[in-house]
Amino acid sequence: MKLKRFSRLINPQSIALIVVLLVNWALFPGFFDVTWQDGRLFGSLIDVLNRGVPVAILAIGMSAVIATKGVDLSVGAVMAISGAVAATLVVDGYPAYVAVIAALAIGIVCGVWNGVLVAFLEIQPIVATLVLMVAGRGIAQLITAGSIVTFADPVLIYIGTGSFAGLPMPVVIAIVLLILSVFLVRSTAVGLFIESVGVNRAAASLAGIRSGLLLVAVYGFSGFCAAVSGLIVAGDIKGADANNAGLWLELDAILAVVIGGTSLLGGRFSIAMSVLGAIIIQAMNTGILVSGFPPEFNLVVKAGVIILIFTMQSPLATRFIEMRKTTRAVARKAS
Amino acid sequence: MVDTHSAAAAGDNPFVLEARGVIKIFGQSKALDGVNLGLRRGEVHALLGENGAGKSTLIKILTGAYQPDGGEVVLDGEPVRFSDPLHAQSHGIGTVYQEVNLLPNRSVAENLFLGRQQTRFGFVRKSLMEKNARELLSRYGLDIDVQAELGTYSVAVQQIVAIARAVELSGKVLVLDEPTASLDKYEVEKLFEVVTQLKQRGMAIVFITHFLDQVFAISDRVTILRNGRLIGTEPLAGLSRTDVVRMMLGKDITFAPAVTGIEERAAGPALVEFKACGKAGKIHPFSLKIRRGEVVGVAGLLGSGRTEMARIMFGADQCDAGEIRIGDKPVSLTSPVQAIAHGFGFCPEDRKIEGILGDLSVRENIVIALQGKLGWFKALNRDEQMEIAGKFAEDLDIRAASLDMPVKLLSGGNQQKVILARWLATDPSFLILDEPTRGIDVGAHAEIVRTINRLREEGLALLVISSELDEIVAYSSRIVVMRDREMVAELTGDNINPSVIVQAIAAQHETVAAEGASV
Repeated sequence: MKLKRFSRLINPQSIALIVVLLVNWALFPGFFDVTWQDGRLFGSLIDVLNRGVPVAILAIGMSAVIATKGVDLSVGAVMAISGAVAATLVVDGYPAYVAVIAALAIGIVCGVWNGVLVAFLEIQPIVATLVLMVAGRGIAQLITAGSIVTFADPVLIYIGTGSFAGLPMPVVIAIVLLILSVFLVRSTAVGLFIESVGVNRAAASLAGIRSGLLLVAVYGFSGFCAAVSGLIVAGDIKGADANNAGLWLELDAILAVVIGGTSLLGGRFSIAMSVLGAIIIQAMNTGILVSGFPPEFNLVVKAGVIILIFTMQSPLATRFIEMRKTTRAVARKAS
Repeated sequence: MVDTHSAAAAGDNPFVLEARGVIKIFGQSKALDGVNLGLRRGEVHALLGENGAGKSTLIKILTGAYQPDGGEVVLDGEPVRFSDPLHAQSHGIGTVYQEVNLLPNRSVAENLFLGRQQTRFGFVRKSLMEKNARELLSRYGLDIDVQAELGTYSVAVQQIVAIARAVELSGKVLVLDEPTASLDKYEVEKLFEVVTQLKQRGMAIVFITHFLDQVFAISDRVTILRNGRLIGTEPLAGLSRTDVVRMMLGKDITFAPAVTGIEERAAGPALVEFKACGKAGKIHPFSLKIRRGEVVGVAGLLGSGRTEMARIMFGADQCDAGEIRIGDKPVSLTSPVQAIAHGFGFCPEDRKIEGILGDLSVRENIVIALQGKLGWFKALNRDEQMEIAGKFAEDLDIRAASLDMPVKLLSGGNQQKVILARWLATDPSFLILDEPTRGIDVGAHAEIVRTINRLREEGLALLVISSELDEIVAYSSRIVVMRDREMVAELTGDNINPSVIVQAIAAQHETVAAEGASV
């Protein structure tokens, strides 16, 4: 049984992460060094986690959306909106908790908007969320009046740059959100319902699943995740940059989910694996930065690794592995 | 059973295409174990067997989709090895599947000539192609607009277009894999005319179906497989229906005899009553009372409003007039969720599109409706799911290697049982079954009929829609007949027999209940 558990950890994603980390180590010998300074951990590994947080949190919400056979292109723009809302509120003198709650609430509202378009107007998710992807950045720019709104609020800055129990605050937030969402999805029936709707919405509805409500909730959750991510990014740079906050991160989030093994056709999904996917992406980014290669390499290398992972997940590879397994089982029987 | 194969080969009509001692192994199991099949020119050869008997595997070997692991395929006396279906096609062997494998969003003409368009200077000669398409289809008695998209035509027309294409491309052997599963009676007749015509032209036709009536209507010889083995090849003329069923199952099957004496039991108050419920453009207002312990059968052709009625009863569609009462209370029924809360269940007609959750496990497919009823937060844990799924899988004899395997890998009959199990797990009081036995093998068929009878005895109210009259008269205590989106008759007592139903379906404007007595 223990062995079985262990063998579940051997999957293309874990292998890819280990390979990426080892390559990083070869290029930059100090890669695995972790030091304790001023009450928190420092090092490239910690950096990978910390920098990976925005995409990882987006990927948590995106996993659920993709499992319903949808996609949420608006998360990058929603990050910008949430950061803009929080920044302008604290600059206008509101207390930090009001700013945080307002930013999260606006994220949920954005997500619910997407959900209503998808669930009740039955617009294709890619089109429905494209609306907010484009308009959302405009809304964020309107909120910040076109400038970068900087702030000095200690609470918001703590969210982006502080540390807790030796770990950077964003990492702590991501871990808490990961655990809560896995719990929410797997210890309730929500995960089963999401997969049912993703596999066959008509059949799920006839089996008594309130698929419309579920879709709205899932998109709302994705909006919430985007808002959390937006707060972290704003806190990190101590300001709201409506033009660049979360720019293109929706694509990284989708990539993280797909690397994590969730099919874009909906159905089975794993939030933890999507987060692992986000860490793989960040490990590559960080690796190229610390190794001294020009950052232009980043995109090309990323593409290479992605092709590798997808090859390992492809039906062809799966069949090959199955065949090997069968042959071995037969050989064992024979001996 | 005696293998008549070698004797037949000696006749003066030699085999066009032949499988000799074909073996196919998947993993640990033998899907085909030394099977022979010989096809003659100008015959319709029915290939029968329960799901899993090896029919599809044999066809796939004959058409080049699979390679045999033993034995050989012989074409015109010469052993051949087809590398793929295209290769087989070039040797004259064409296949038409139940789900038409053409492009619904291209025109009929384009579909007919796809891959071999007539061109001039590299441009497709559209008008010439369309002229040829019209000529070609007229030979099949089909006069349709060949410029229109294929998808705008009925399945029957698409089926004939697919046959025309296959015959054009191949011309010696035509394999029809359950071509009639989604056709209504008249469309089947139309298809059979085409098949007969092809037979007269000297083609060898393999016909796979679950409908025994159709086998007897059109086939010359029949080959029966069971569990990957050849049971026998016989001229159909000498066989009775019982013989065929016995060969397929290896045992006799008996439908329960017509039920008697349930009218008294069913005379109690209505469990659910539909009063003048209708929906404009879908179904005329209908009224129906359904009581505990009775099966109300619904007969009628495809498109007669049967399914529309079922969907209204389950809240999947809303009626725009009328009243629905449960017990004495009027209720609103605007969603399946509400219907399920009232204790309703619904097995839809199209299993794949509206029934199963293909990628999810058998276990999840069984518990989904119960879990939906419990809501988001009262989750059944894995062990509870296993227990529920295991119990119903055993009760209904669902044959799955594991309850954790994806339900899409099961045979049609087992999938249907899974959906039945899904509703039984919710402990329903009223079950609506739309064509519960369509396209499934004889064994599963009998099991479902048994289950319907058992549920009735346990006091459930059931509404069963079926095209199979022999079956529907066996378990119904009342039968309503639908025609042209209208409920045209309600049959009871002695009127519950196939000939009265046929009359009711066919009759034009009279009320049939009255004249039924004379039959």
